[in-house]
Amino acid sequence: MKKRYLWLALIVLSVTSVFVGVKNITPLDLFSLTEDQQHILLVSRLPRLISIIIAGVSMSIIGLIMQQLTRNKFVSPTTAGTMDSARLGILVAMLLFTSASPLEKMLVAFVFALAGTFVFMRILDKVKYKDAIFIPLVGLMFGSIIGSVTTFFAYKHDLIQNISSWLQGDFSMVLKGRYEMLYISIPLVIIAYLYANRFTIAGMGEEFSTNLGLKYKQVVNIGLILVAAVTSVVLLTIGSIPFLGLIIPNIVTIYMGDNLKKVLPHTALLGAVFVLACDILGRVIIYPYEIPIGLTVGVIGSGIFVYLLMRRRAFA
Amino acid sequence: MIEVKNVSKKYGNKTVVEPVSVNVAKGKITSFIGPNGAGKSTLLSMMSRLITKDSGEVLIDGVELGKSKSSDLAKKISILKQSNHLNVRLSVRDLVAFGRFPYSQGRLNKEDWVFVDEAIRYMELDDMQDKFLDQLSGGQKQRAFIAMTLAQDTEYILLDEPLNNLDMKHSVQIMKVLRRLVDELGKTIVIVIHDINFASCYSDHIVALKNGRIVKEGPTDAMIDTNVLREVYDMDIPVQTIGDHKICVYFA
Repeated sequence: MKKRYLWLALIVLSVTSVFVGVKNITPLDLFSLTEDQQHILLVSRLPRLISIIIAGVSMSIIGLIMQQLTRNKFVSPTTAGTMDSARLGILVAMLLFTSASPLEKMLVAFVFALAGTFVFMRILDKVKYKDAIFIPLVGLMFGSIIGSVTTFFAYKHDLIQNISSWLQGDFSMVLKGRYEMLYISIPLVIIAYLYANRFTIAGMGEEFSTNLGLKYKQVVNIGLILVAAVTSVVLLTIGSIPFLGLIIPNIVTIYMGDNLKKVLPHTALLGAVFVLACDILGRVIIYPYEIPIGLTVGVIGSGIFVYLLMRRRAFA
Repeated sequence: MIEVKNVSKKYGNKTVVEPVSVNVAKGKITSFIGPNGAGKSTLLSMMSRLITKDSGEVLIDGVELGKSKSSDLAKKISILKQSNHLNVRLSVRDLVAFGRFPYSQGRLNKEDWVFVDEAIRYMELDDMQDKFLDQLSGGQKQRAFIAMTLAQDTEYILLDEPLNNLDMKHSVQIMKVLRRLVDELGKTIVIVIHDINFASCYSDHIVALKNGRIVKEGPTDAMIDTNVLREVYDMDIPVQTIGDHKICVYFA
């Protein structure tokens, strides 16, 4: 997997993405855009493209960080209760402050996601039986428990519909003015890159880190904060995109190993390319209608996930 | 010099290391020997700040461990434990390069890479430097980790059971390398080791522990002695001199 092929794929798919849609716009129209077409490009198509790329990049990268810090290839926001905790946070925000702004919701979701992830890490510390498959199962169970709490309160307050709109990722709602919060992810991704070496060392364990004079706990905490922040931002703007943080890093690390600094750019690119491809697929399959991204990524992603599981079993 | 003064460790009610005092001389190989559960590894971990001590002090060149910054200590003392050997898919070269982290924080300059190259050459890892750790044999992996420690360029190197799971050939290879590190590069090495014959053939000084106490310590020649070993291991171990080496016959 060469980086330049990924770049090429990213460019081709980006261009395709801009020109796929109900309203017909061709590349030739670019030179003589009607007001209507210009409006669609600026308000819908371009924001959609940008949000797909940001979400794809950032979710893949935090998945990679999570797997490194937990030393388990099957841990991701979806399989560690991070997503579910963030969703509970959104519900709490809606219940407590009825007129919460998106940013306020994001902050509450962030606090919950962070707390949930910390609890998961504590469980991880306590678990003696550190089997590769067992840990994510614990995470999924933990997530389901939080999920059921969310459902219970949502049901009581007649908010089930609101909550379920955050269950499934969907880029069709991305319009100018409604997705800009996603930009918060960009500095977070940059921090992730700057800390890449530290995350790799921390992934080798506390004693290994201490030997090299690295503040292990601090680095792990920074990693978890990045994970929680990106998860809540993406959850609020797009919705959950299951398995993304799981399969992309796994595909890349199988070929390139675990040195984060080297793997990170590939993971970011592949993440963007994968989400773009899934999104375009979802838009053309029942054209002019759309399949939400959560579904396409979920179906394709779970297929790849099962394949990865079998493959790892074969090597274990 | 590393001075250990009345250092102790308890886990719950169980005392793992009673207050012990020991000095590690510069430019020597010091071996910690003793039966399982004697507290050897715990002592080694406390000497290198991996675990906190309940009492006492550890002075490295006269400065207490807790008074130095961890990042500065990483340039002075390195420790390699068995638990380090996880299945992380790093290339040998990347791993060795991490040894420069205390100096470069991950941004290696030319000088750092010189250290990395030298460490790889010294441990004879040139051919396999681009292989992933999980493609290596136990002995090669161990050498890769020692190479990382070399790149870390510390005066003191602490190794917890470096021969664990290695066959005879690789064990001898590792011990010879450690000897060269001391003789050629002037390093100070402390190892926890189970095979007393390796301790006898390669170390300068031996510290024997049992039940969290130091039973006896002294120059290797004085320590490899039937009476001393009986006290440590509760076994009668005849000692024979073969060539220049004292060999303990503990098999029957």
